[in-house]
Amino acid sequence: MTESLLSPGPPVTDGGTRALPRRLRHWSSLLGLVPFLVYVGIFLAVPTIVVVLGAFGGPDGRPTLGNVDALTTPTIINAFVRSITLSGVTAVLGAVAGALIAYTVVTARADGMLRRSVSSASGVLAQFGGVTLAFAFLATLGFNGFLTVFFQDHFGINITGSGWLYALPGLMLVYTYFQIPLMVIVFLPALDGLRPQWREAAEGLGGSTWQYWRHVGIPLLAPSFLGSTLLLFANAFSAYATAAALVSQGSPIVPLKIREAITSEVILGQANVGKALALGMIVVVAVVMFGYARLQRRTARWLG
Amino acid sequence: MAGVTSRRRRRQRVLRWVVLGTATVFFVLPMFAMLEFTTRGMNGTRTLQTWRTLFDVPLLRANYPELWVGLKASAGLAVLTVVLMLVLLVPTMTWVRLRLPQLSRLVEFLCLLPLILPAIVIVVGLAPVYAWVVYLLGDSSLTLTFAYTILVLPYAYRALDAGLSSIDVRTLSEAARSLGAGWGTIMVRIVLPNLRNAVLSAAFLSVALVLGEFTIASLLNQSNLQVGINLLSKRNASMSIAVSFAALAFAFILLFLLSLVGGRRGTRTAEEPA
Repeated sequence: MTESLLSPGPPVTDGGTRALPRRLRHWSSLLGLVPFLVYVGIFLAVPTIVVVLGAFGGPDGRPTLGNVDALTTPTIINAFVRSITLSGVTAVLGAVAGALIAYTVVTARADGMLRRSVSSASGVLAQFGGVTLAFAFLATLGFNGFLTVFFQDHFGINITGSGWLYALPGLMLVYTYFQIPLMVIVFLPALDGLRPQWREAAEGLGGSTWQYWRHVGIPLLAPSFLGSTLLLFANAFSAYATAAALVSQGSPIVPLKIREAITSEVILGQANVGKALALGMIVVVAVVMFGYARLQRRTARWLG
Repeated sequence: MAGVTSRRRRRQRVLRWVVLGTATVFFVLPMFAMLEFTTRGMNGTRTLQTWRTLFDVPLLRANYPELWVGLKASAGLAVLTVVLMLVLLVPTMTWVRLRLPQLSRLVEFLCLLPLILPAIVIVVGLAPVYAWVVYLLGDSSLTLTFAYTILVLPYAYRALDAGLSSIDVRTLSEAARSLGAGWGTIMVRIVLPNLRNAVLSAAFLSVALVLGEFTIASLLNQSNLQVGINLLSKRNASMSIAVSFAALAFAFILLFLLSLVGGRRGTRTAEEPA
């Protein structure tokens, strides 16, 4: 790196006269970064600052803790609890099912069709979210959905009930649909890092399958598994579109509470409550992603 | 030992088919249901009426204006976002590699930042910024390009970074410079052609992301495909589900093409570092 920095130009013989031009050139090369920094500043940094400052600003523009206090009202605490439950449940379900799928793929031939198609399909399905996914489930389990009609006609059972699909249980099912493939994508590399030699070594020493997993496999995979689960948590916690299209009544989770706050800005002070909610989301996601980054680093030590 | 291994293999094979079979049913069922739902006719018959309307452009325009507007907006946004993303990232990332390697971590951090800022959070802070954008550029759905370019940064950055790592930008650009090329020529005629696969990956990912975006468009009161589908569902469920399926199929094709492009870079196997 240092060599390539020095490579243009002759070897430095006189530090005194050459130091200044080089520093000047350094500053002028910073100019090349200006368009990017300005763009990211306007469309990423300014919005973030607006959220953070707005969370602590009253409708008159003076600093206040009122919006953050509003976060402790029961409805908002409930929304956070529901959001965290939804993200936690779907992260664990997605992580377990995704890890199982990844494991069955890894034990197949390494460059076979199975593996290629599962990882391609996962890449595609993990992106499948939002309005279209919500409608896919409406077509399956909605009041006139395929399965609903099928069970009604053949067994006389009403599986839609009072509309669980449009509330928290429905969100759990639908979120799991994009969580599982995401898990397959992020967990496959870790499973690949598990070398067959380790299993052979364990067997050579007389270890059983259970002992191999108990003392070698699980301890090695644990950081990656937990890290991936955290990533899934953040993924579900940040999701908005699927819930917005599916939930028609009320605002059970935080992203929908933010929509409520934004769209009812006419109520004085509501806009900044939206910003406080957004700040709350940033804090949760930042903590989770910090844990993810730490666990990734531990994973890299053995399975990189 | 051989007996143990073959018994394990058999057990693994049974587990594999049970797990993958269940997963396939779970993942295919909603898509099958969409097809079933959109082909329902009167009294249990099947009809392709909805699908015929979908591919009949004049009829679609006349009967479902909200969908048509959204479709046009999304197509424009996909193109503009890819262009803006490339114009913003390729020169910056090349420049950082050549002149400012000490700032590469900063650029990486900024590009990956949207991963930890949920779109619903960004849109809250974007409202005042967009008040200015609309004031300066007029109220058009195409102004969403600016926000979408931020959303695609992490994915585009990773794709382009992988591409840039695989070529020797320094030697290439110094060779071009010594032959008298300016920076513009280097970008367009040296760097971009060498990054073809990375640029394709970044572009495909961006298009897939833009076509699926709903949060920012709907909360900034702009139109795009997903907003159109959502509006449509209020008066014609069958049509909105048909469009969802079509959009999905299109995104699948796009991402499958992407995995083909990515697959040619060669699979990296876990090898023992020397």
